[in-house]
Amino acid sequence: MRLRTFRGGIHPPGRKEMTAARPIRVAALPARVRIPLKQNAGESPIPAVSTGQRVRTGETIAEASGPVSVPIHASISGTVRAIGPVPVPYGGSAAAIEIEGDGKDERGWGEGLPDPFAADPKELLERIRTAGVVGLGGAQFPAHIKLSPPPGKRLDCVIVNGAECEPYLTADHRVMVERARDVVAGTRVLMRAAGVGKAFIGIEANKPDALEAVSAAAAAAGGIEPVALRVKYPQGAEKQLIAAIIGRSVPAGALPADVGAVVQNVGTAVAVWEAVSAGKPLFERVVTVSGGGVGEPGNWLVRIGTPFGDLLAQSGGLSPDTAMLIMGGPMMGVAQGTEDVPIVKGTSGIIALLEGEIAAGRERPCIRCGRCLEVCPMGLSPALIRRAVEKGDWEAAGELGVRDCIECGACVFVCTSGMGQIQGFRRAKLELSRRGGKRG
Amino acid sequence: MAESKRLLILSSPPFVSEGETIERVMWRVNLVLLPALAWGVWSFGLDALRVAASCVASCVLAEAAAQRIMQRPVTVSDGSAVVTGILLAFNLPPGIPTWMTVVGSVAAIAIAKQAFGGLGFNIFNPALIGRAFLLASYPVPMTSWRPYGACDGVTCATPLGIIKEKLALPLPSYADMFLGRTGGCIGETSTLLLLAGALYLLWRRDITWHAPASFLGCLAIASRLSGRDPAFAVLAGGAVLGALFMATDMVTVPLSWKGRLIFGAGCGCITAVIRSAKGRAASAASWARRSFAAATICIALVILRVFFTLPMRFFKSLRLGIDYLPCPALRRSLSQKRQVLHAWLSPDRPKLSGLSW
Repeated sequence: MRLRTFRGGIHPPGRKEMTAARPIRVAALPARVRIPLKQNAGESPIPAVSTGQRVRTGETIAEASGPVSVPIHASISGTVRAIGPVPVPYGGSAAAIEIEGDGKDERGWGEGLPDPFAADPKELLERIRTAGVVGLGGAQFPAHIKLSPPPGKRLDCVIVNGAECEPYLTADHRVMVERARDVVAGTRVLMRAAGVGKAFIGIEANKPDALEAVSAAAAAAGGIEPVALRVKYPQGAEKQLIAAIIGRSVPAGALPADVGAVVQNVGTAVAVWEAVSAGKPLFERVVTVSGGGVGEPGNWLVRIGTPFGDLLAQSGGLSPDTAMLIMGGPMMGVAQGTEDVPIVKGTSGIIALLEGEIAAGRERPCIRCGRCLEVCPMGLSPALIRRAVEKGDWEAAGELGVRDCIECGACVFVCTSGMGQIQGFRRAKLELSRRGGKRG
Repeated sequence: MAESKRLLILSSPPFVSEGETIERVMWRVNLVLLPALAWGVWSFGLDALRVAASCVASCVLAEAAAQRIMQRPVTVSDGSAVVTGILLAFNLPPGIPTWMTVVGSVAAIAIAKQAFGGLGFNIFNPALIGRAFLLASYPVPMTSWRPYGACDGVTCATPLGIIKEKLALPLPSYADMFLGRTGGCIGETSTLLLLAGALYLLWRRDITWHAPASFLGCLAIASRLSGRDPAFAVLAGGAVLGALFMATDMVTVPLSWKGRLIFGAGCGCITAVIRSAKGRAASAASWARRSFAAATICIALVILRVFFTLPMRFFKSLRLGIDYLPCPALRRSLSQKRQVLHAWLSPDRPKLSGLSW
């Protein structure tokens, strides 16, 4: 099969072999969870419980507060101990509900739909929303919003993202291998909810077992086409995936819906399936724990709100030589200052890197080697944008297209001068949006 | 919950890198220049080694001194001054006195590089400035050539010189010129070894093919159009050295492949024009006698570096870009023109009126 891909991109070492063959294990029930309220792009949900209240697993503990917002559910049964700010993996601290577990894990959620494939799309969307399903790839965008495009826009296909192009991460890989039927069933639900007859499941060619499993499962279902993608970073970025699979480019500043596509992660597809078929809210997810600083790397099914430290302890402990603890992959993840942060819906991995695994180097002036232009998947000129940013010339940065930057880090990865421009690009985006200037 | 006492590094992503650094790139360039240098020594004797050694040593010392004086960190170990030294030596005749090489090196490093802000900020190729400086100051020693294999003070004509001066000498064969069995500058004679080095850099992705290909292609086409032998035009003089190692100098050529194509084309055409110019005035005699690709790059740089094409943005739109110019007024005016062109080229966009070229 011809491998599909996009223009630009890089080939970071995958380092997936540590966990790719390790089956998903169920993590021990945490004694205490801290569930941040805001685990979705958009408005923060409002707590629906009070301190001292008993909750069961899957019970709604915070209600959505706007259209782009989803409820939050208890991930263990027990007693609400506190509602207040805790350190969160996205940096800083945010309001969270702390539940002290009783170890019983009592079921607190309802029933699923008897036949999800015959259900009304509106009913499906509502189920997906109330189950708190957000994009599990990391962006945490509410799934039901993506599936219901604004009036005037029509979707014609669903793209399920199984690229998993970040180094180290294998959570999606294992989900596709072990739960291929659920991935396909979830895809069918997504198709029905979005009202489209065609779906693609994009999988990088370095996961032949996942491709095989998904292909076998998809053979029975009509209109679902597994697609082998070339192994290249950032193959799993939304716009790059759309370009690779259906050959459409999403215009600058536009959404996938503008070209008729909706992209959902494979983990999200499984969560959607569980939500509609079993009524199960999103209170657990698969997380890869890997890196040289982890004693026993693996893939875990873990409750939302479990402290990183709990899962690391079950993975053979964190090596004292660990230099860096990351939520997500090493290309786009977030560095953590402590293990005392909770796993959230967007936690695809916890990566502990030793000194030798991380990039070290001092910054030198740009020598205009042009590598960043070659690899930028958005066709930008990172070297020029960086110069504009250094001068604080946000207008120029905007004109050079900094708003289109997807912050994939490919330019930094190849930079011979050891530059870390992504932060500057974020700053430029922030400055530009604050000024509310028109797009360049 | 284990309370962590270890110190974790907090930085912004990505946390991994390819591991390519300026040092590695520069030392790789030095490495691939060594065979051509060895050929120069083989062809022209130990004098060539003397010139190269003094160029490298004085470039490194000049860089260290300039950085010390300007209170910048001394970064001679990155190999960029060594590259300049070797490339300068490559552009010098083997018999040049040592003190001249020192003058050229100081001009290259202190004036062309450090005075502009050091590595990454120089707008001209330092080695070429060094060469141009020497050529303007000492035209005669800079154009006294030795025949291939002559280790003594015998002088001879270069292939281009034979043509230019209408000398009654046999022209070297293509094979001789390709292998380097001709007279000329220390490093420019062996097309084969230069090509081998450049291919290695190409394979390592340190350089791209665009500028060299369009340089030599346009030189060949322009020579053909003006009734000269294109193969001779490419093989003679410093065209190959210029195309492979000057037109690929990262700091001073455009960033994008389109820009590099245009830049190379400009270099090729200007080289052809300069070579065909008649040596009328005596002052221009040295230039006409020995017109070479290298000097033309200096000129091409001025003309072309400011014009610049950006790569295709992800959104399918043809976008002719302009380098991030230091002058905001010029940038604005050019970007306005770009918008006009953009509107004109993409039919789905509303036409911009009231703006004109």
